[in-house]
Amino acid sequence: MPILEHLWIIPLLPLVGAAINGLFGAKWPNKIINSVALSSTGLSFVCAVEAVREFFSYYAQTQQAFRKEFFDWIVAGNFRAGFDLQMDQLTVVMVLVVTGVGFLIHIYSTGYMSHEGGYYRFFAYLNLFMFFMLILVLAANYVLLFVGWEGVGLSSYLLIGFYFLRKSAADAGKKAFIVNRIGDFGFMLGMFLLFRTFSTLDFDTLFTAVHNANLPREAWGVFGTFTIACLLLFMGACGKSAQLPLYVWLPDAMEGPTPVSALIHAATMVTAGVYVVARSHILFEHSETALVVVAAVGCATALFAATIGLVQTDIKKVLAYSTVSQLGYMFLACGVGAFGAGIFHLMTHAFFKALLFLAAGSVIHAMGGEQDMRHMGDLSKKIQATYWTMLIATLAIAGAPLFAGFFSKDAILFSAFTVGGNGGHVLYAIGLLTALLTAFYMFRLIFLTFHGKQRYDEHHVHVHESPWSMLGPLVILAVLSIFGGWFALPSFFGGFDYFANFLSPVFAAHEATEGLSEAAAHSLELTLAGVAVLTATVGFFIAFWLYLKQPGKPEQLAKSLKGIYTTLYNKYYVDELYAAVFVRPLMWLSENVLWKIVDVEAIDGTVNGIAHGATAVGDTVRHTQSGNTRSYAVWVVVGALAVIVILFWPALHPVLGTVSK
Amino acid sequence: MNSAYALPMLTIFPALGALALLILRSDDHKFIRGMSLFVATAEFFFSLVLVPGVPIGSSGYRLELNVPWISSPPIHFHMGVDGLSAFLVILTTLLTPISILASWNSIQHRVKEFFIMLLMLEVGVVGVFLSLDLFLFFLFWEVMLIPMAFLIGIWGHDRRIYAAVKFVLYTMAGSILMLVDLVEIQRALQTGALVLPTQTEMILFLAFFLAFAIKVPLFPLHTWLPDAHVEAPTAGSVILAGVLLKMGTYGMMRFCLPLFPLASRKAAPYVAALAIIGIIYGALVALVQPNLKKLVAYSSVSHLGFVVLGIFSFNTIAMQGAIYQMLTRLTSRSTVAWLLQCRACRHSSYLWRSLLWAFRCLTGLSANT
Repeated sequence: MPILEHLWIIPLLPLVGAAINGLFGAKWPNKIINSVALSSTGLSFVCAVEAVREFFSYYAQTQQAFRKEFFDWIVAGNFRAGFDLQMDQLTVVMVLVVTGVGFLIHIYSTGYMSHEGGYYRFFAYLNLFMFFMLILVLAANYVLLFVGWEGVGLSSYLLIGFYFLRKSAADAGKKAFIVNRIGDFGFMLGMFLLFRTFSTLDFDTLFTAVHNANLPREAWGVFGTFTIACLLLFMGACGKSAQLPLYVWLPDAMEGPTPVSALIHAATMVTAGVYVVARSHILFEHSETALVVVAAVGCATALFAATIGLVQTDIKKVLAYSTVSQLGYMFLACGVGAFGAGIFHLMTHAFFKALLFLAAGSVIHAMGGEQDMRHMGDLSKKIQATYWTMLIATLAIAGAPLFAGFFSKDAILFSAFTVGGNGGHVLYAIGLLTALLTAFYMFRLIFLTFHGKQRYDEHHVHVHESPWSMLGPLVILAVLSIFGGWFALPSFFGGFDYFANFLSPVFAAHEATEGLSEAAAHSLELTLAGVAVLTATVGFFIAFWLYLKQPGKPEQLAKSLKGIYTTLYNKYYVDELYAAVFVRPLMWLSENVLWKIVDVEAIDGTVNGIAHGATAVGDTVRHTQSGNTRSYAVWVVVGALAVIVILFWPALHPVLGTVSK
Repeated sequence: MNSAYALPMLTIFPALGALALLILRSDDHKFIRGMSLFVATAEFFFSLVLVPGVPIGSSGYRLELNVPWISSPPIHFHMGVDGLSAFLVILTTLLTPISILASWNSIQHRVKEFFIMLLMLEVGVVGVFLSLDLFLFFLFWEVMLIPMAFLIGIWGHDRRIYAAVKFVLYTMAGSILMLVDLVEIQRALQTGALVLPTQTEMILFLAFFLAFAIKVPLFPLHTWLPDAHVEAPTAGSVILAGVLLKMGTYGMMRFCLPLFPLASRKAAPYVAALAIIGIIYGALVALVQPNLKKLVAYSSVSHLGFVVLGIFSFNTIAMQGAIYQMLTRLTSRSTVAWLLQCRACRHSSYLWRSLLWAFRCLTGLSANT
């Protein structure tokens, strides 16, 4: 069966798995749940590979993206949103990463979660996440993409709050959801604006319209349609991909089980924002302002998060801030127009960051749940497989030559440098500084965890290596973390960058090296790569010196730089700032003004006041009915007089008038 | 026999069931529950006849019954069903057996009366959705009011009398306006004026609109809802959250806009402003409610604001969105109401919260589409 013609089957498989486990799995033994969850994602991966293979032959014949409309979903007036899926080179990368890494993490979870309660629930959520993520990357219009977008948010919420009896986990889930909704608000407005301008939200039609149409004047400029729409879309991306100022949810999301952190909060979901920006690159290329904002936000986030990562002591928190920082790199690449480099880094990052999280999970597993690196040390001999795989991932993220991260990070820094002007050089400098910080905090993590003195009590913690179901995925990801970047290897020897070339049909061969001769560009690239490696080495040696050679030194430093240290340790007090500026005033206003004054006092008070008034009037009038005959007689007389006066008023009027005169 | 006679039969059937319950005078609670569940379930299957009657994509009234009823003033027994009302009727008949199940064990005193009220409530709601004659519509509108008031007032919680009286007074205020309007429209028709003077049209529109706005409820006419919602028994809450509020927006779509097109357009900016205030205000107040039922009530104010906004935007997409929002809310909100058998969320476990959030996500999803 040709899978490409039935693309829906790829997302459907995990959905079926989620439904089976979610509905019937409660009483099943772990084995059956495993086989349902693994077979659905595994099959989905196989189908994805087959679909990609078919797509290549399709592309060889037609030279265009595959696209198919399966059914109409919403039709109203001139608005149509269909269940339309598409596959092009960008989708290929995303689908393979999502299904491949997703499958590995599913395998890992069968080991990691085996002692946890709610086993079936976990896999149902995880499969559900796969479904929505695949919808997101396969969708051929913004509306369907948004379904996946919201769906992964929902699954993320459910999985962060997986241990919902723990208040911190439940709160972290809510925080993630709410902060994401703020971004989604922008995303929706962006979609509305695009629909208003172009009357369609279909990728194909929309992007062709952008290319061909004589766009009205108001579409351009700093406050033109393109700029506003792109910035609104980017607001959504900031929420989902944890960029400034909406990054605050991601570190808290570490409350979820570690495989979740690896899959959702490192490898796949958080890169959805990058994907959307890359997918909408035609729009972004029409707005200089939007691109500058994307680059600036990405760059600032990369540095900002890296500085926080320097001093965190929770192993997962370090990795979380590292993720935020690396996502910043990807946006930096998109902002300078190097969308291909951004996607390249997205892919390699998916490999090594998933590996880092899974290895960290293996450490936590070995330590019996301990996450604080201050209570670890000297683990390298005891859990060797974990140590070596984690070291490989660290080398990859730090940018050691020939590891995956080296090529993608190099491509980004190179694009930033060659974009030219002071702006480009500033971006490059900050990117380089971030690379140094990255190398430092990653090796700090390695040294604190695996080397130095043992800082835990051996009688309480029984260190043990993880089972093969967990180590297997680590090894595969380690291999990918080494070789995953070699698509770009030939270009270092004056050859061909296979990855950039592969994506060129999507990004229309955006050449960053305009104006440079090929040889000059090549030598510049080698120089920049050399500088980057040197910087990373410096970061490595600082960490080596501080944490291995002079173990007392970091504390002294922290004391002498107390102000900086506490600010970093408390994450620049951003959470406290948001609470003071947004959350508490809003809650106070809602509770004390809107509810207790406007609703209860003003509106309900008026309603009850009218009711009380009616009762009071009735009560007063009631007293006239006293049952006393004489008072009735008086009322009769008064009434009769009144009637007479009214009846004869026209006649009386002149008489009374003369009297008063 | 004309198949359109199914419409009045569909309306009357639960009343017959209620009558049977009344006559049988049984004290056997099991029998009463079973009987009413049977009637409500039968009614649901009965209502499914509307499905083939209203093909997807058709417009206009597919099943229609129009027979003269009262000669002076000329009132017709005019019922009809199109896609919109078919959906609402079927969901109503689906919710009634569900709410009967929800009250299976929780109602222990005056059991027979409770189920009679529930069935009579169904008569009123189904009648409202099927009526095309204004007088008939008004009649069922009032029929619905009485059992609901009793449900709150007799089987409600601590402040039930206050909530019931408030509910009745609010709704009656709207009903009176509607009744006066009916008389005025009748007079205008008798004088043969097909186009009303602008000012008259505006006054008539406002009266109708107010009647529906109270039911929606539109800010600032919403304060009956939190009280009614909190005090009502679970079944009452289910019907209230699920169906009753939609009668207001349904009335706006069915009568306000077609009867007073010019006035509606003129008033639209002000209505939209109130709707938007309600959306934000309801959401903010819901944010700080310690009581889950109140939270749901205020979020209803917020979400129904979207529906009103959609209706008064005068374009196809917004109108479709409003209808869709009504349907999704109808299902999701009544589910939430059903889940909220425990009353104060400060004492409830996180499971409830996560369930609630899950449902909110789903509603959020559907609201966005």
